[in-house]
Amino acid sequence: MKRTVLGVVLVAAVLAAGGVFVGLRATGARPAEETLDLRGGELLYVDPAGRVRQGGRTGPACQRVDVAAGTLICLRATAVPAQSEIVVYDGAGERLRLPEWGSPSRARVSPSGNVVMWTVFRAGDSYLGGVGTFSTTAGLYDLKSGEHHGSLEDFTLMVDGVEHTADDVNYWGITFTRDDRTFYATATSSGKTWLVRGSLDTKVLTSVRENVECPSLSPDGSRIAYKFRTGDQWRLHVLDLASGRDTPLAEPRHVDDQPQWLDDSYVAYGRDKGIWKVPASGGGSPELVQTDAASPAVAR
Amino acid sequence: MYVSSVRAGLPAEPGRSHHKISATVIGLGVVSLITDLSAEMVTAVLPLYLVYGLGVGYLQLGAIDGLYTGATAVLRLAGGHLADRWQRPKAVALFGYGLSAVTRLGFPLVGSSVAGLGLLIGVDRAGKGIRTGPRDAMITLASPPDGLGRAFGVHRALDTAGALLGPLVAFGLLSLLFMDYTSVFAVSFCFAVVAVVVLAVFVRQPAGVAARLPGLSWNVLKDRQVRRVVLITALLGVCTVGDMFLFVGVQKSAGLPVAVLPLLPLVTALTFMVAAAPVGKLADRVGRWKVFLAGHVVLLLAYALVAVSWGGWLAAALVLPAHGVFYACTDGVLMAHVGPLVPEPVRATGLAFVQTGQALGRAAGAVLFGVAATGLSLAPAFGLFAAVLAVAVVVGARW
Repeated sequence: MKRTVLGVVLVAAVLAAGGVFVGLRATGARPAEETLDLRGGELLYVDPAGRVRQGGRTGPACQRVDVAAGTLICLRATAVPAQSEIVVYDGAGERLRLPEWGSPSRARVSPSGNVVMWTVFRAGDSYLGGVGTFSTTAGLYDLKSGEHHGSLEDFTLMVDGVEHTADDVNYWGITFTRDDRTFYATATSSGKTWLVRGSLDTKVLTSVRENVECPSLSPDGSRIAYKFRTGDQWRLHVLDLASGRDTPLAEPRHVDDQPQWLDDSYVAYGRDKGIWKVPASGGGSPELVQTDAASPAVAR
Repeated sequence: MYVSSVRAGLPAEPGRSHHKISATVIGLGVVSLITDLSAEMVTAVLPLYLVYGLGVGYLQLGAIDGLYTGATAVLRLAGGHLADRWQRPKAVALFGYGLSAVTRLGFPLVGSSVAGLGLLIGVDRAGKGIRTGPRDAMITLASPPDGLGRAFGVHRALDTAGALLGPLVAFGLLSLLFMDYTSVFAVSFCFAVVAVVVLAVFVRQPAGVAARLPGLSWNVLKDRQVRRVVLITALLGVCTVGDMFLFVGVQKSAGLPVAVLPLLPLVTALTFMVAAAPVGKLADRVGRWKVFLAGHVVLLLAYALVAVSWGGWLAAALVLPAHGVFYACTDGVLMAHVGPLVPEPVRATGLAFVQTGQALGRAAGAVLFGVAATGLSLAPAFGLFAAVLAVAVVVGARW
């Protein structure tokens, strides 16, 4: 009997302690969702609490955010494990919501604001890897036509002029040009990665160059900022599309992010829980733009 | 020599009623429910926490995740051996549960140190490995030999209920508290501590026959029947497709939207939870090995259904419950079958051997299926595995 009482008391005490702890954490009440400026040039980012911030304003809860020409994409995990959702906002509020299987990885809006694109990580659907491996899936949605491609794997991949049909192909990091039909992304298969150029008209992806990951087109469309893999480190580079000239940027540290152009001369990225920027010319040095922030985005 | 009816001639001991599920089994079931709830909370949020809470890249996540598999197998044997050696399965199980509970507090403390995180996950898995053998041994010791299947069924039903609730509680907390991972770990820790308290205070260690200290635990494998079970279980494990492959296979062959994939495992788990106890009871009546093999027949029919790519929701509505029934027919039922084969002084070790053999077999099966699926594409690979599994079932029935 004493034993039972002791047990009940102990269990009650532990549960009460847990309840009090959660209560204390919850008292920092969640800020209400405010309207963000989706057209001005002010920086948007995701804070450590998983909310989009712009200046003093707080937006929706997202893991990744991007904005262009009045359209905001928010990629976030849902209450269902291993599920994400893509939520698109415009000036009038929420416009589109798509469920997706996987954890949030990248989100982008085309410069026109008409096409949204995303990448998610999926654990467990790769064949050989088993535990500890994952694959990525990149999809896009045309807000004007309603054209929805859940995965670039449904497109045809041409590597060096030959159709590539391996099962282990993965895609990530889509970036669109101004014509809303042409885009770039990273394709990977059997240990290699390629920058591919894709077309929504032909549904064909064509390899452009090896070892280019998470491409990001500059506002003028002439260059691609990306992460270049050396060993198990990624370094930021900028590739000039016309000349093929490749420039390592002045950030010596490992960066795992899809870079974001602040304007035609600066590239921003998340690193060590902060947002940094570095000149796209390869000169200068990294500068901290915002502490406690990730997923930089600028409306242009 | 070990005979399956070691205890058959003994009069029923107190607490070993033939009509009721023993309080020990219910107690252990509740402990497993709360522990699984706690563990699945962490498992569910870990990827998000690493990538968005800590900024650890996915490359490193892969390395950390790999630790999950290896750590358990070896320590399961060690836990079983210690439980037998000391004749104190409850003490060893408590140690295992306690070890995992402590790691929950570690997550907010180690920050983004990949080595620290790897260590925590390793220790957590070690705790799981250590407690499984002794816990299942206690279930067999507390149940009458002819009611073992039902006892394991009840335990596994409670266990699965916890596994189902865990992710829901975790993501509920995350949405409520805005990605506050610390709260998730704190609540998970509280549940883990409650489970330890329940085990320590409310669960009595069943009286076992402590005749002598066992010698080298490998002796368990000298028994022909035990060896046979270990080998066939491992063989059947090799012919099994990994769970996630099955879910992806169902989604693809049935042409379901990819966004429903996270929901498919829930169907399996729910079926498992509901069916575990009745199937266990059935196994007590018609024979546990028969039901164990029948579970694999159900599974191979499910594979065949995926292989013929018979489209639509109906296929999913058949395959997923079949997958749950497979678990109900095989998980607890196997332990109920093996328990009486192993004499009580080395029971925890014996059970641990069977579980380890099965786990290694399934790991190999996942890799082999990967090779087959890459070479043949998904549907034919399921057809191949259905055929191979059929052969393995025949071997299991004949040998």
